[in-house]
Amino acid sequence: MTLTLTIDGREIHAPAGSSLMQAAQLADVDTPVICYHEATTPNGLCRQCVVEVDGWRVLAPACVTPAAEGMEVHTASERVTRARRTLLEMLNASIDLSQAPEIQQQMDDYQADRERFPGAERRAPAMLDDNPFYVRDYDKCLMCWRCVQACADDLQFTYALSTGGRGYNSHVTTFFDAPMPETTCVFCGNCVAVCPTNALISKTEIYLQQGLDYDSIRREKRNQRRAQDKKGGAQ
Amino acid sequence: MIQAESIVRSTCPYCGVGCQVNLHIKDEHIYKVDAPFQVAPNYGRLCAKGRFGVDFVHHPGRLTMPLIRKDFGVTPRQPVGLEGFREATWEEALELAARRITEIHQQHGPAAFGTFASAKVTNEDNYVFQKFVRGVLGSNNVDHCARLCHAASVTALTIAIGSSAMSNSIAEMKDLDVFIVTGSNTTETHPVISTFLREAVVNNQAKLIVVDPRQIEMTEFAEVWLRQQPGTDVAIFQAMAQVIVAEELFNQEFIDARTEGFKDYAAAIMDCTPEWAAEISGVPAEDIRTAARLFANARTGAIYWGMGISQSVHGVENALSLANLALLCGHIGKPGTGLNPLRGQNNVQGCSDSGGLPHVFTAYQPVADDAIRAKFEQDWGTTLNPEPGLTVMEMVDAAASKIIRAYLIMGENPLMSEPDLRHSRHVMEQMEFVLVQDIFLNETSEYADILFPATSFAEKGGTFTNTDRRVQLIRPAVPAPGQAREDWAILCDLAKRVEILLGRPASIGFDYAHPSDIWQEMARLTPAFQGIDHARIQREDGVHWPCPTPDHPGSPYLFEDTFPSGRGVFTALDVRPGAELPDPEYPFILSTGRVLYHWHGGTMTRRSKLDDIYPDPTVEVHPLDADALGLADGQWALVRSRRGQIKVKTIVTERSPQGVVFIPFHFAEAAANELTLDARDPKAKIPDYKMCAVALEPV
Repeated sequence: MTLTLTIDGREIHAPAGSSLMQAAQLADVDTPVICYHEATTPNGLCRQCVVEVDGWRVLAPACVTPAAEGMEVHTASERVTRARRTLLEMLNASIDLSQAPEIQQQMDDYQADRERFPGAERRAPAMLDDNPFYVRDYDKCLMCWRCVQACADDLQFTYALSTGGRGYNSHVTTFFDAPMPETTCVFCGNCVAVCPTNALISKTEIYLQQGLDYDSIRREKRNQRRAQDKKGGAQ
Repeated sequence: MIQAESIVRSTCPYCGVGCQVNLHIKDEHIYKVDAPFQVAPNYGRLCAKGRFGVDFVHHPGRLTMPLIRKDFGVTPRQPVGLEGFREATWEEALELAARRITEIHQQHGPAAFGTFASAKVTNEDNYVFQKFVRGVLGSNNVDHCARLCHAASVTALTIAIGSSAMSNSIAEMKDLDVFIVTGSNTTETHPVISTFLREAVVNNQAKLIVVDPRQIEMTEFAEVWLRQQPGTDVAIFQAMAQVIVAEELFNQEFIDARTEGFKDYAAAIMDCTPEWAAEISGVPAEDIRTAARLFANARTGAIYWGMGISQSVHGVENALSLANLALLCGHIGKPGTGLNPLRGQNNVQGCSDSGGLPHVFTAYQPVADDAIRAKFEQDWGTTLNPEPGLTVMEMVDAAASKIIRAYLIMGENPLMSEPDLRHSRHVMEQMEFVLVQDIFLNETSEYADILFPATSFAEKGGTFTNTDRRVQLIRPAVPAPGQAREDWAILCDLAKRVEILLGRPASIGFDYAHPSDIWQEMARLTPAFQGIDHARIQREDGVHWPCPTPDHPGSPYLFEDTFPSGRGVFTALDVRPGAELPDPEYPFILSTGRVLYHWHGGTMTRRSKLDDIYPDPTVEVHPLDADALGLADGQWALVRSRRGQIKVKTIVTERSPQGVVFIPFHFAEAAANELTLDARDPKAKIPDYKMCAVALEPV
């Protein structure tokens, strides 16, 4: 069964069950996203994908709003554009988005003022370095939950990550804030793969950013017992 | 932010899942690995090894120059480190190798060669390897580590249905209805497959039956967990079959149309009741009934298994008992069903498919078949040996009795993977000539006379075939270290030199410009591959063989209409004891296997960041046993068997049952195979790595 709706004045026939985001794709309209990822269940958290629907009091998150027969949808109205721009400005005020090129691009596209909220309290927790493979640098975390979802029922079914705290203090963590090696984590890194801001980043990558060369990176945190490998020279 | 200079699509070099990876390259190094979310078989998912463990590629221990042993010609040979070798030019090393091979061939004939193809290198490398061994040396003594892993599964499936690979694909897993996982610690050995199996349970309400002595993670997702005593698998599955027959839960239509021998089989197993099996296995009879009903009443039922089934002195019977269940219920030949041995190595399926076995050419075409042999003889322009060759452990026997005098080994580490290592080392010491090509000096290449430096997966092109028969590409991503060369290129140079020294009038063809040329030749000789070439894989990311024509879509699942052998065959089975049972002197059963963070003999993962998270050899001991032995968690223990002893760190856990200890086999400093027993399944010749008797004490 197909639905007929209008997106930015264009009539679209979308399969029943489509989200507004999928319907917009049929109209060749790209929706900007932050929390949405193709591999995780959409949950409408970030609200960057909002669109305006005629007759609706509030803006609708396109990733989780089902398309309906006869809907009149506007994806680039002044109200939509202002909402998206403001959201970017607020995120940028409290979170380090320096390693989120897609969000940086959106800030350019929406002409966001990167200094609009200079007094905002920045999220600045210490970098968590507790395993050989990746670090958790949560001053870059914008709480999209993709990592939690990837670790749970969307990709890995391992359930090592969860959310903790409330409101502004809500954050991604582990059960009892345990270090990763003490959790059910199997270091698949599927969480790292879906992180949009490099809050989760492989150690190799972060050491390269810090200017270490590959040789030093390889020696970093190597097991002392194996400092000399009899079969291949120094580790 | 770090910007990649290039991103190269490849196939993960670790397990048989065959995950597609993107290698991110900067300054000729792989600094990051991720996976495309739209592409089978892994759809973006990876495990620790694939995502964080390919740093071995850049380890300074990589072999960069051809090496010749300084005491070349001295027997018995001793293992030596790099200091025991001298660097040589390719010209010198190849010429010396060709001369030694020729001398041994002239003195002792083709039977003097034992050769090891490799489940780690490409199909193309393996094809050239067996072409050299069969076509130039005239020997069929070519085998590889598949013999040590799924030989029993292959033998059993050949008996039951005439096939030898996973019948169904990974893509079907998330839509399963009921499935059995047995003898497979899937979360650690096939981590990405385990995510799809868990997805079936968690998101799609599939029912999982786990049959395993160890409390593996998959048990947390199971509807029923049958915790049998090690080595009693046949009793469990035959009792499930008995329930299905007695309660008439079988699929009469399927049995009539597709199988033979049902009546005799049904009569033969009537006394194999769940109570009978409970006595043998320690599993409550009612649990066996529940599992049997669940499986038989399923819309679709699939069976997945690993080494726990095959690595046994009755491995063939274990796997046959699973085939019986699938045939009884008609759970084969449809999506979401099937008999699915999970293959271990990245290209163990492909090495077997490419002719790396003693009795068959490519895609299981028998060397003893005159018409098949004539086809290869005509294409290659030579005469070929009709006698099937020796299997891995038979080659060790033949070497011990001086029939085999030279080993040619490509990318395998038999001195970690064979059982009873002390015996294997002794045999190796006596060899007249040992030629190895590999990427590192390891426990086997320490015995080499000549050691050729080979390229890793990241430095060459070609194809790997994963566990669900999907042929996928690897692509060169970084330059080869030093003078390392592709295995196929080394073999071609060597083969041409041996042909000349042997005075052959014409070469059988070792002039390939690219791995795709090798694939073309292989496909020409192999009906099941004829629809596949590198260009098509490039377009489609991967193709499941059999694929006979370019317009054939490939075969994600098999046996829809018929079995290769015609009708499926039921086999009534006797329950036989293990080869070595515990006694007062050696009171524990030892089972060996793998852990998530390491890979087989450890040649790669012990040279990776992965070693940081799992640095020490371990033994799992039940708390009651640990108390009785005075062993604490984290304490070092000496484990002894009648063959040898090793020192390992104790993990006190209820994961292994009382009376059973588990030791992973990745650690050269405490190789589990010092302890294991060379007792083999009589049909498949696979050694039993899952059951021997040991004693433990604190140190």
